[in-house]
Formats: sequence, C-alpha cells, structure tokens
Amino acid sequence: MRDFYGVTLDNPLMLGTAQYPSPAVLEDAFRRSKASVATVSLRREGGEGQAFRDLIDRLGVHVLPNTAGCYSAREAITTAQMAREYFETDWIKLEVIGHGDTLQPDPFALVEATEALCADGFKVFPYCTDDQIIAERLIDAGCKVLMPWGAPIGSGIGLANPYALRTMRAAFPDVAMVVDAGLGLPSHAAEAMELGYDAILLNTAVAQADDPAAMAEGFALAARAGQLAANAGPMPVRDMAAPSTPVIGKAWL
Amino acid sequence: MKIEVNGENKDVTATTVAEALDALGWGEARVATALNGTFVPKGARGTTALSDGDKLEVLTAMQGG
Repeated sequence: MRDFYGVTLDNPLMLGTAQYPSPAVLEDAFRRSKASVATVSLRREGGEGQAFRDLIDRLGVHVLPNTAGCYSAREAITTAQMAREYFETDWIKLEVIGHGDTLQPDPFALVEATEALCADGFKVFPYCTDDQIIAERLIDAGCKVLMPWGAPIGSGIGLANPYALRTMRAAFPDVAMVVDAGLGLPSHAAEAMELGYDAILLNTAVAQADDPAAMAEGFALAARAGQLAANAGPMPVRDMAAPSTPVIGKAWL
Repeated sequence: MKIEVNGENKDVTATTVAEALDALGWGEARVATALNGTFVPKGARGTTALSDGDKLEVLTAMQGG
C-alpha cells in the first residue's frame, strides 16, 4: 500500500476546511466522514486564528497547510516556511497558481518551489496539472506524493480528463497520488479511486452543499467503494455481450 | 518609525520584530512572521531589526482548501 511520506491514512478522504456555514458544521462534516486529513491556510491575524486552531486540534486529523493564493515560487516558499513553524508539520500542500480564471498551477514556478522546499526538508504535496512530464520533474525534485487536478478548483466538474489521470497513475506506480480539486459529486470520487488513486482532496462540494455533513459522508463512502473496487481488480471492458449464466446444460425446448 | 503591518501603516517605536509584536498586542499570540517577504522564525524575532518602510506580515491559522 502506498503511503504519504511514511503515513498510512485510514480513510482516503482529505477534506478542506473553508466555506462552511459555521465551525460546528465543519466539525460535523469531519466527524461524520472520518476524513483523515484537513487542509488549512495561513492568513493575516484578525483575532480568530486561535479558535480555529483549537477546532483543528480537536478534529484529531493530519493537518496539511496550503500555500493557496501564491502566484510566485518566492511567495509560496515563504508561506510554506511560516506554515511549518505555525502548524508544526513539514507537510505542505504546495499551490503556485498561474492564472486567476482557472487557478491552474504554474508548472514552472511549482517545480522551482518544490526543488527549494524539498531541499529544505519539506514533504511536498504538489497541486499540479495532469501533465506527466511535470510530474516527473516533481518526483525528480523529491516529491513522494503527486496531486493532479481533477478539474479547476471549485468547479465541481469532476474528472475533466480521465485519460490523463489514468496514464499518470500507470506511469508512477510507486508514488502516492491524490486527485485534488474539481470534484462535485461522490461519483467523481469513486471514479478517481477506481482509477487507482490513493486519496481524493476536496472542499467546495462538501462545504457548499445544503447539508455538508451528509455530503462529506457520501464522498467518504464513494471513495471507499472506489478504493475497494480498484484493489479488487476490475473486470476487463468489452464491446460485445458475454453470457454470465452457463450455456452448457441448457435444456433443448 | 513607520512600518506596514498586514497592509496597514503603523507608527512604532519598536526596533525589532519581537518588540513590534509586543507593541501590537501579539506578544503572546501564536503567529508566524515574515519581514519584506522573508520568513522570520520565532527564535529570530528578537534579533531581526526593523527599518523605516519595512513590511511586516503576521499570520495565523485560517480555513483553507
């Protein structure tokens, strides 16, 4: 089983902590889904940081700080350094955004920041596109985890390019891989896990649902179902029918 | 001296990052700091000098995706 820098996750659901109607609903979503990882950020001190930090501590999950909103390697590196001290973890969800409309990662700045952070002892979870060559560069830089996008952040589209995700999975059989962003429905989570991904990471689809806790549980169940299917060895797909009931022994009527 | 703290202009008498945090009421707060875009570890705040026009960022935990 592939692990995340030596950590095995009980549950393949990684859940964001933003955009919930209230802290209580956030907490309920984590409890009901049993998500194993919470993504968090660092923002300017406005007086609410400690309460949020206490809430995260209560969840008892792995904390994965992000560098959301960074548009340059320098910004992302500084944010990662601050996050490591604040959250006392060397895990970092590295986001270096290239364009505001799509929030697509800037692959060049991402590789640059990854090289610097891996050399500095960080365990980098890079939010990347589904480009295999970029993935190779990230692995060369020291990444043991890859997090290709399913679709643009907050879009709810699902897996925009299943072919690319499938070939990427096959290209790096030893690397833990997470489909991060763009998922809208539990079926998208199942599809990602059926492709052999090790986890899924999402936020908006749960936080913006009418009932976030129920949606979180739905995603957790779907992710688990997809994981079971991937491990169980799916049947080959064929174009023509193949009878499942034995033909031999059928009566001549 | 005038510095910028989290995007707001402040007039401070502090000469180091640590003194500035004290003066701003964040002396005991759990925060992470950067000065002019460079990370300032907690242990270095007392020896990191401030200059006129410096930009200090004081960050804390927040929701994130």
